[in-house]
Amino acid sequence: MSAILRKRKKRYAMAMDMRKCVGCNACVLACKAENDVPEGGFRCWVEIEIRGAFPDLKQRIVSSRCMHCADAPCVSNCPTGASFYSEGGAVQVDPDKCTGCKACIAACPYGARFVRPEGYVDKCTFCMHRVAKGKDPACVEVCPTESLVFGDLGDPESSLAKLLARRQHETLKPEQGTEPHLFFLS
Amino acid sequence: MSSIDRRQFIKITAGSFGAAALASGLVSDWWGATASAGITPDTDGDNVVPTFCELCFWKCGVLAHVKNGRVTKIVGNPKHPLSRGRLCPRGTGGTGLLYDPDRLQKPLVRVSKRGEQRFEPVSWDAALNRVAEGMERIRKAHGPEALALFYHGFGGSWFKRLFKSFGSPNIAAPSYAQCRGPREVGFELTYGQGVGSPEPVDIENTRCLTLIGSHLGENTHNTQVQDMARAIERGADLVVVDPRFSIAAGKAKYWLPIKPGTDIALLLAWMNVIISEQRYDADFVAKHTVGFDKLKAHVADKTPEWAYPLTGIAPQLIRESGRFIASQRPASLVHPGRRATWYGDDAQRSRAVAILSALLGSWGRRGGYLLPTSMEVPGDKYPKSARKPHRPRADRLPGKHPLAGAALASGLCDATVTAKPYPIKGWMVYGTNLMQALPDPRHTRAAIEKLDLLVAIDVLPAEIVGWADVVLPEATYLERTDDLHVPAYKEPYVALRQQVVPPMYESKPGWWIAKQLGERLGLGAQFNYQSSEDVVRRRAAAAKIDFAALARDGVVLGKRVPACRDDGLPAPSFDTPSKKVELYSDQLAKLGFHPMPEPSSPEEPPQGMFRLLTGRAPMHTFGRTTNNRQLGELMSENEVWINRAAARALPGFEDPPLRTGDKVVLVNQDGIKSTPIKARVTERIRGDCVYMVHGFGHSARGLRFARGRGACDSDLVTRVKVDPLMGGTGMNVNFVRIAKAEVRS
Repeated sequence: MSAILRKRKKRYAMAMDMRKCVGCNACVLACKAENDVPEGGFRCWVEIEIRGAFPDLKQRIVSSRCMHCADAPCVSNCPTGASFYSEGGAVQVDPDKCTGCKACIAACPYGARFVRPEGYVDKCTFCMHRVAKGKDPACVEVCPTESLVFGDLGDPESSLAKLLARRQHETLKPEQGTEPHLFFLS
Repeated sequence: MSSIDRRQFIKITAGSFGAAALASGLVSDWWGATASAGITPDTDGDNVVPTFCELCFWKCGVLAHVKNGRVTKIVGNPKHPLSRGRLCPRGTGGTGLLYDPDRLQKPLVRVSKRGEQRFEPVSWDAALNRVAEGMERIRKAHGPEALALFYHGFGGSWFKRLFKSFGSPNIAAPSYAQCRGPREVGFELTYGQGVGSPEPVDIENTRCLTLIGSHLGENTHNTQVQDMARAIERGADLVVVDPRFSIAAGKAKYWLPIKPGTDIALLLAWMNVIISEQRYDADFVAKHTVGFDKLKAHVADKTPEWAYPLTGIAPQLIRESGRFIASQRPASLVHPGRRATWYGDDAQRSRAVAILSALLGSWGRRGGYLLPTSMEVPGDKYPKSARKPHRPRADRLPGKHPLAGAALASGLCDATVTAKPYPIKGWMVYGTNLMQALPDPRHTRAAIEKLDLLVAIDVLPAEIVGWADVVLPEATYLERTDDLHVPAYKEPYVALRQQVVPPMYESKPGWWIAKQLGERLGLGAQFNYQSSEDVVRRRAAAAKIDFAALARDGVVLGKRVPACRDDGLPAPSFDTPSKKVELYSDQLAKLGFHPMPEPSSPEEPPQGMFRLLTGRAPMHTFGRTTNNRQLGELMSENEVWINRAAARALPGFEDPPLRTGDKVVLVNQDGIKSTPIKARVTERIRGDCVYMVHGFGHSARGLRFARGRGACDSDLVTRVKVDPLMGGTGMNVNFVRIAKAEVRS
């Protein structure tokens, strides 16, 4: 079994369906409850953008979080090695190594990180503690609109890979060249 | 990966070493990371208790995780048909209610003038004695009918038992005359049955979902939001009628930014298109309806061109959207909405929705209106009290709103003020903040002044609690076992609300409070239980439901029976006088009302004023949740939405112009001023109305988080237009101007 896993490159990613999302913030609170995120801190958030003028309007709703970039500026800019790629390419912060210097916060194009009251930097972990138990991240599990899909891009048979093959998608700020792994379905 | 390989691997490790091993390093080795508290939050409970939510009234099944006696998190119960393992933010935020530092902790009695919010804690015994003595005194002087119960929420059942046994018919929930009532009446008149909750609408399978003033998505009735997303996934389209570019409007094929108060005209114009172009379900109409020819004649001249100047919607848009709605029938669902108390013509508007649905033949069809049943669970048996009311309900006035199907909370308030038809001298208020639930708190205060006794039973010190003589602190839904929930639903089920953790402080569950009062009032026989668990156990036993399974899973599913003709349900029957769907209503004609909906012409906003509209946000259940710090992190105050062009033209805001985030006050047509509220200058709303989320602007001293955040719309609702059919209070009939908030010196 482990031999099979070693052969293939696991790549965790998430898709977010802007067509279905209603921006209710269930993901935001479920993340906070699951991960015991302190007051004032958010690992994920919702943005609602409106373009146009009354009555010709377009709406775009995004549930956002760390993009778990393949070429993550937070990792390359971390002076202590606290920010690192864990299994499947998910970007993590090791609180024991983090000094709270905020170099990563300055480097992240997505505003995904914040400092906890304890002094270290926090962000979305893709709920690796849940994934390790075969569960979806808390935001995915709670979402009433099933707008969030988590999975392994390295596995072409995963529902995520199939979904991305089928649906048009985009990433945020692709010009930054960070190879984000949060895909927005339009 | 193949997720299967991965899951199997996890199963092996978890199985061999257990959860403790996972937390102590094995998992981090697997990632190549160092073990750290930051990465393994450890919020899973040692004990997981299924129950159902009470943050709103939808009643989703939840699983409460408990660790060391503390609820660490609440997640959806995958077995429960209303949540299917998923929750809205309020469901997750239940712990924010349980651990709200502002909770009522001890029984209180008032020590100064009413409304000054000065209380002293007393023992339960003293508080209960005082309530019972007060009730007895009123009964002896004025009769049992002089006591009224106002309630909202599932725990109200125990107090209804108390009041029925006591001999008072005056039992009202504001959820009727201030919310859903008109809709029930509109559908009862047309189909012989109301809509109820959860609404039997098959959103999941619809091809076209038409929302009229209903902002599903911002109004997060969980299952309906889930179903709407599933429908979108399957390619269904939305038609949204709303003066505001709601979230649903942002997803719609057609958005009709209608002039507020003109929905009936639009509905008639749609009927005109559908009938004149023969796009209706002729078979359904022929077999099941009466009055089609009259309806046809009624709408013959109500063309889209006719509706244009009334509604502000271009004829082409009315025609196209009407054709589209018809093209998807019968799986074309015109949603009945929920809070329907807008303009005083609300039962008639609901009737127009019901009639249109009949033309679409969507009644009893997949993707339309379902006809679900509930499991057969007998009600709890208890000896009937010898005390019977001698007078009818105090809200029933001769010749007024003859079709009211339930007591009007506003009517009981009126009767208290006028002492007509008879004096009401005592109120018991359970779980409803009447200062925000009823229109115009000044009127409610005038009623309170007439009272000899006001008892509040609640979890938090909302405004109404501040006016009480005696305050009884109730345990939250997570701390108590209530009655069984047995709704009519496409997937019939029974759900159990069960205690997750013991009540905090000195709070007590409603069943206990009601029983204690009952015993003091000589009604001990009617409270023939030791605890609520006796009640749910014997009801379950009578229905042959395995109580152990119910307690374990939180829900027991019944046999699925067809809920639409597509699934084999026989042809529907209708409990109307004609036994048919009444497109034309003889009942209404006989009562002197329009037998078919007529367009109403709403008042124009006075110069410089805007019609005040209100609605919901996904993370709040109006004032019930605005003190919840968790939900407050998502939305801590309401804003007043104003159209950008209208904001630019606002007198007094020429330089600099009003911008989003600026604080303003709203002043209504009677000179009533709101507390300061932030403006949201937006393209998302018409220029003749403003919008705010209901339930903010608290003034109660004890709501230390919510107090002073945003503005209270109920304060500005000094006028209502009462529905002549059923007494609902249309509240969207107030106008406000926008003034600068005074800068504090």
